[in-house]
Amino acid sequence: MTATVLLEFARGPALWASLAVLVAGSLWRIGGILRLGTKPDLSEPRSTRLFAGAMRGIFARMVPGVEFRLRKRLGFWNGYLYHVGLAVIVFGYLPHIHFVKRLTGVGWPALPEPVFFVFVGLTFVSLFIALLERLTDPVRRLLSGVDDYFSWFVVVLPLATGMMTIHQSYAPGAVPAPPLYPLPLAIHLLSVELLFLWLPFGKLSHAFLVFASRGITGAALTRKGAAL
Amino acid sequence: MTLSSIDRARLVLDSAKAPDARVAAREFVAQAGRDAAFQLEACVHCGQCADACHFHRVTGDPRHTPIYKLRPMLKAYQREAAPFASVKKTLGLAPPEVTTEELHEWSGLLYDSCNLCGRCTLACPMGIDIASLVRRAREGMSAGGFAPTDLYTAAGRAIDTGSPIGVRWPALKRQIELQEQETGLHVPVDAEGAEYMVVLSSIEIMAFPEAIGAMARIFRQAGVSWTIPSAGFEATNIGVQIGSRDVAAELVSRIVAAAERLKVKWVISPECGHAYSALRWEGPNLLGRRYGFEVVQITELLDRFVREGRLRLRGKDARRLTFHDPCQLVRRGGLAEAPHRLMDGVSANQAPMPGAGAASFCCGGGGGVSAIHRAEGLRFAAFACKKQQIDASGAEALVTACGNCRNVLEEAIEHHGMTLPVLGLTELVAQYLEPETGAG
Repeated sequence: MTATVLLEFARGPALWASLAVLVAGSLWRIGGILRLGTKPDLSEPRSTRLFAGAMRGIFARMVPGVEFRLRKRLGFWNGYLYHVGLAVIVFGYLPHIHFVKRLTGVGWPALPEPVFFVFVGLTFVSLFIALLERLTDPVRRLLSGVDDYFSWFVVVLPLATGMMTIHQSYAPGAVPAPPLYPLPLAIHLLSVELLFLWLPFGKLSHAFLVFASRGITGAALTRKGAAL
Repeated sequence: MTLSSIDRARLVLDSAKAPDARVAAREFVAQAGRDAAFQLEACVHCGQCADACHFHRVTGDPRHTPIYKLRPMLKAYQREAAPFASVKKTLGLAPPEVTTEELHEWSGLLYDSCNLCGRCTLACPMGIDIASLVRRAREGMSAGGFAPTDLYTAAGRAIDTGSPIGVRWPALKRQIELQEQETGLHVPVDAEGAEYMVVLSSIEIMAFPEAIGAMARIFRQAGVSWTIPSAGFEATNIGVQIGSRDVAAELVSRIVAAAERLKVKWVISPECGHAYSALRWEGPNLLGRRYGFEVVQITELLDRFVREGRLRLRGKDARRLTFHDPCQLVRRGGLAEAPHRLMDGVSANQAPMPGAGAASFCCGGGGGVSAIHRAEGLRFAAFACKKQQIDASGAEALVTACGNCRNVLEEAIEHHGMTLPVLGLTELVAQYLEPETGAG
């Protein structure tokens, strides 16, 4: 198999199959939880603004309460760093925007390349700090299992393979050009597809479960009039 | 044959004689409904709940990480009910079954080192209500026979006598008579058609009976009719602490029966955090029906009376007072403001603890921990977080609105060689009522 054929496979059947698994697996996971059902709460609510409570729960937890801001622990703030970094890398880099535009027809302006490169570096370091913390902090080590380490791996892998593809500049507004080196790009795409394949089944699914979890607690505590 | 609620409750208590991990696992799975499952699945293992938990903070033991305490429940859920469970089982990737040895170990984690205080819930970036999941996990533990013996004993006593420490009506009657003598006021018993029915915690009855006299003075000035029932007077609910909905339902049903028998409009939950939680929030769900009356917590009611001008306060305590926030009222119960407003009304020189309010530390004895003898050392150790807050306040006296907190705080204060008196908020309000001038 030549690099070009591999790239065609990664851009074609592999991409669509992984996206199908991503969507179907996520729906299966959500549906599997929804089918468990719930009973109505018969206690007299202190507040009936449950939707507002759910929304508050979702957004309020994005910033920890002042009592829980652990300034002494790097890992606490590190979590913000790699989440923001990943978002910038995925949505701010011109080739990624072209990739999404090719699939959906939706595009947006890219970030200047220097900004992108700063975030790549920071995110890479940040993810390694996260791994070190998981391996060295007694609490995180105790909580962690195969899922945690494999999930870390499938997040880092596209970052690492993506760095291998960076060999040409993409000026904002430039027309997508054929890749000079198809093999690194094929490997990068396949690593992203591995992430898509794994996301619904492991803890990376917190990407969508977070809204349910925060929303449920936000609504429940609002119902009681309790602090979020 | 359908078992009565009391028979179902006794059946749960019998499980202690022959612990069975399979029964516990089945109940874990049954407890993992939609909302619980979303939360069990959402954990990212960040460990931030550990830093919120006073047990972890003082021991440094990673096993005291709140979310880790749910591991047996999570395993049972992942094995039997989670999405992909059947696929994982087929592929041999499902977690192993929970074992008897494992659950004996987790008995210490789910009971001795958890007050159900919910501080971890506030800290979780994924919004997982860990405290409510621990409450659910306890259902499995108690059904399987893995709850602490002391809690089974207390639950059995509550079912048999009405009180977890065996306080029966003659004992309460005697305390009422003593309070009537002391205050010169009549305490109505079984008064049908009264507006308010007061239920009490056994700790209040035996250790702080002046709360009864305080209420007599308060209700006299407020001009409301009230009563204490001779049956169904016990407010505490060991069922929610041991984690048995059958025991909890039986105990709640006694209060509800009393309220309906006396045709009251309101039931007043006393100074007891978990009693409020059991009656106000869990009760209707335990019984499967809404009440025909409303539940109001005593501090909530006093605050309302003061704001309506029905209670008139005169003078204030000049000592440096600090308020301990009972978790089930202030953090979990939605009563963050009422007790603090009352404090403003009776204290001239407040010394708030750093971090007071919804994120304040637990006294260490909530969630049934104070009733578990083997957990005493750990409870006193966990008090260190509260002690730090109290010390930083520089207060001369501590005020709270929960009889159990009060009892636990007094014990811990003595254990740690402190000399701080602990006062009940209701009594403090009664102490600063404007004296009655006319006949009442």
